[in-house]
Amino acid sequence: MTPTLALPAAPALARLRDFVDRWLFRLAGPEPAPIVLGQRRVFVLPTRAGLAFAATIVTLLIGSINYGLSLGYALTFLLAGLGVVSILHAFRNLVHLGIEYGRCDPVFCGGVARFPLVLSNRRAQARIALVLTPAVGEPAVVDVAGGASAVVALAVPARRRGWQRPGRIRIETTFPLGLVRAWSVIEPDMRCLVWPSPERNAPPIEAGQSPSDGTSAGAGGSDDFSGLRGHRPSDSPRHVAWKSAARGAALLTKLFAGGGGDTVWLDWDRLDAGLSAEARLSRLAAQVLRARDGGVRFGLRIPGVVLAPQSGAAHVEACLKALALHGESPAR
Amino acid sequence: MANPRRAEPGACVSPRQAIWLLAASAAVVAPLIVKLPAVIGVPSGILFVYAAWLWARGGRLPPPWLLAILVAVATAAIAIAYRSAFGREPGVAMLLAFLALKLLELRTRRDGFTVALLCYFLLLALLFDRQGPGVAAYAVAGVVLVTAAVLQIARDGQPARATIERALVMTAQAVPFMLVFFVLFPRVQGPLWGLPKDAFSAMSGLSDTMTPGSIGELSLSGALAFRVKFAGAPPAQRDLYWRGPVLTRFDGRTWRAARSTPHDRIPWEPAGKAVEYVVTLEPHNQRWLFALELPGLVPEAAVMTSEFQLLARTPVHQRALYPMRSWLEASAGAAEPEATLGEARRLPARSNPRSRMLASRWRATAADDSGVIAQALAHFRREPFVYTLTPPVLGKEAIDEFLFGTRRGFCEHYAGAFVFLMRAAGVPARVVTGYQGGEINPVDSYLVVRQSDAHAWAEVWLAGRGWTRIDPTAAVAPSRIERGIAAALPAGDPLPFLMRSELDWLRPLRFRWEAMGNAWDQWVIGYTAARQRELFGRLGMQDADWRAIGGAMGALLAVMLSAFGAWALHEHARQDAVAGAWSAFSRKMSRLGLARRPHEGPTDYARRIGAAAPRLAGPAAELAGLYAQLRYGRGAGPGGSREFVRRVRSFRLRP
Repeated sequence: MTPTLALPAAPALARLRDFVDRWLFRLAGPEPAPIVLGQRRVFVLPTRAGLAFAATIVTLLIGSINYGLSLGYALTFLLAGLGVVSILHAFRNLVHLGIEYGRCDPVFCGGVARFPLVLSNRRAQARIALVLTPAVGEPAVVDVAGGASAVVALAVPARRRGWQRPGRIRIETTFPLGLVRAWSVIEPDMRCLVWPSPERNAPPIEAGQSPSDGTSAGAGGSDDFSGLRGHRPSDSPRHVAWKSAARGAALLTKLFAGGGGDTVWLDWDRLDAGLSAEARLSRLAAQVLRARDGGVRFGLRIPGVVLAPQSGAAHVEACLKALALHGESPAR
Repeated sequence: MANPRRAEPGACVSPRQAIWLLAASAAVVAPLIVKLPAVIGVPSGILFVYAAWLWARGGRLPPPWLLAILVAVATAAIAIAYRSAFGREPGVAMLLAFLALKLLELRTRRDGFTVALLCYFLLLALLFDRQGPGVAAYAVAGVVLVTAAVLQIARDGQPARATIERALVMTAQAVPFMLVFFVLFPRVQGPLWGLPKDAFSAMSGLSDTMTPGSIGELSLSGALAFRVKFAGAPPAQRDLYWRGPVLTRFDGRTWRAARSTPHDRIPWEPAGKAVEYVVTLEPHNQRWLFALELPGLVPEAAVMTSEFQLLARTPVHQRALYPMRSWLEASAGAAEPEATLGEARRLPARSNPRSRMLASRWRATAADDSGVIAQALAHFRREPFVYTLTPPVLGKEAIDEFLFGTRRGFCEHYAGAFVFLMRAAGVPARVVTGYQGGEINPVDSYLVVRQSDAHAWAEVWLAGRGWTRIDPTAAVAPSRIERGIAAALPAGDPLPFLMRSELDWLRPLRFRWEAMGNAWDQWVIGYTAARQRELFGRLGMQDADWRAIGGAMGALLAVMLSAFGAWALHEHARQDAVAGAWSAFSRKMSRLGLARRPHEGPTDYARRIGAAAPRLAGPAAELAGLYAQLRYGRGAGPGGSREFVRRVRSFRLRP
């Protein structure tokens, strides 16, 4: 599934855009790194300020003709030359810019996906005021010093789980004079994993979710008491140290050393029957986080994927990834 | 959705950017504001200072309603002060006021750009009055400064030095384009529409009337009247009579031009040797074109009057250039109609009785008109007349007082008195004004004629010969005609500063300076439609049409654009030598299946090579180290890149 976030266009317009993409921007789907903006794909067009400047020059020319001011002609033509020179400077500011991709860290849906682009300037002169605008999201302005590189992280709202691409990114600059805009369009082959957004106020992991079918040796893990810790809402009520609670102390949870801690199964099928698929993913994501915070070993079982109980950050990420990619073809 | 096309120009102006804009505006506005009438200039100046103060102190900008009131007040004040809201000067005043007000509502970068455009526009106003090299240099400096401010608007926080440098570089790069356009862009002879009355400010120069003192006043001015380039050797100084307005009517005090009818062709025969020259006439807002007596051709867009004066069809508002040929020995008007001669004998009744008596005595004793003239000139030579710029004031009977009383006068006194005497004796006579002499600049061999060379002489009509020039001043002060005014005046008379003889040591310097000014005037200021045609002709493009000129312009621009385009791409290629060599190294290694992987840094790559092919470990590590130093380190000196390329080239897989 391509994360097309552009507005739906009429078919003819879409075909035209497609043609422009392929022919003018040479875009044929996401491009692998590194990209070097060749002169063929840097375009230059006047800005609104440039048109105002042109109008000023025409007025100056008319004034010079009318009053027969030879130096007026010279001034007019000097400014016109300045306009032409600014085209070349804007073009030069962008052309041959090297672009490589950084690593995208996964985010939760509803957050902001950051696509780090490494802009490298092999020229000795700085490239100033490059503006990168994703199809959706905030533009970023960056300067790249001479012979150096700069990282700009494009922030794109993460609106749905799964792999998210930055889409088409416009790189442009109106520097130096703001009269012309040199621009190019890239479609980086980058993707950012978007986890399902964890459900807020998700119900605690129920005891029932601990499988009783014996697939897990440490199921329940309630044999060997190993200590107490502060109660968390996700803790099973069965493990609350009720005796101490009855004495007026704060709620404490009993910990058991059952093969390295509490082991639970987060199971798609054991969630409320009325929940939709996305709601299930959302709840499971919340539960993964809860399990992580609880320091428990947990396993994940969703249609098509079973992840054996484990603990640790890598396992958490694997689980979230499995949730994020639920229903998507593995090729993506 | 954020759109940078809107977001960027809408960004706020920082105080730093505002200061740049204020500095650029101040540079552009300062020379203009001092010329405005105080009613407009002082409030505008206060607004500028107020804006600067607000920005420097970080104060709050005035609210929009206050600015709206200020705009209304400024517009009304300008309309009242100039009695019109249209025209050159009110237009400039209006732009100045708007610029000041815009600085007070400088909120977005778009406002900043508007300020810059106003500044660019006002630079043109600087050139209305003066177009010398100094003003031109100032305007260029203004362009650089305004451009620097625009650069600051485009990207806030750039260092000042880098900004100025970039503005300088860009302006310098714009110069070739300016030159091509300046030379080749088809010049249109303006104006495109009727100019407002104030388009041309008053200038000193001859007038079409003459009263005692009027030319003497002019003589204090060293201002340029016109320049002449002779095709051959210039004629003798005493023959350089540049004919101007001819004054026939006399009311007892003032000489005025008679109503004149144009001739369609030159009404005389060539005589003697022709003098060919080109006149570059300074604008004087009159129609007169000056030429040596007697002009032998009528320039384009000019006519010849029945008094043999050349008149342009429209007033000369711009420096005019016309080729001219004169016949110094020609005489004209032998068959002058009686009406003209009658007018040239007319005198106001009952004035200056002593002069009339003197004239009738000469008439009685002289055999003919020539005899009368000779007696008159002899009288001027014999009596103790003094040639001076500071004659006493004359009363009602001016001619009598001058001839028999004060006897001190300037050329207009002598010419006026002489013509009066001639008329009193019945000889048709009239006053001719113009310039006499001039100074050859040895640097560029142009003859320079100044306002101080203004002169008045007489013309008498003799049967069989026609109008004949008589210069009574020559009888009184021959050196005026032979050597110029400075030589003729008594010591202590006021003279234009540069003409004083005690400044002779400065003369070579002055000549050089004036020749430079002349070159500027001829080729920069005086580059008009006619000059352009002349230049095209010289370049072999006679009757060049728009297509030919457009083609030439297009070709030159294409050449320049490709040169600049190559520049835009060039640096890349030079920088790339190192990267190219690095790729070449990878290609060499690929024969061993050890091509560099895209993500691999130089150190990792060298390590992998070393692991796979131990005998190459040393050279690979060395190359990788050098590459890393060139690319990511402090560089390896200017020869580093070349050294790296050389080493890659000599790198061999097998020893």
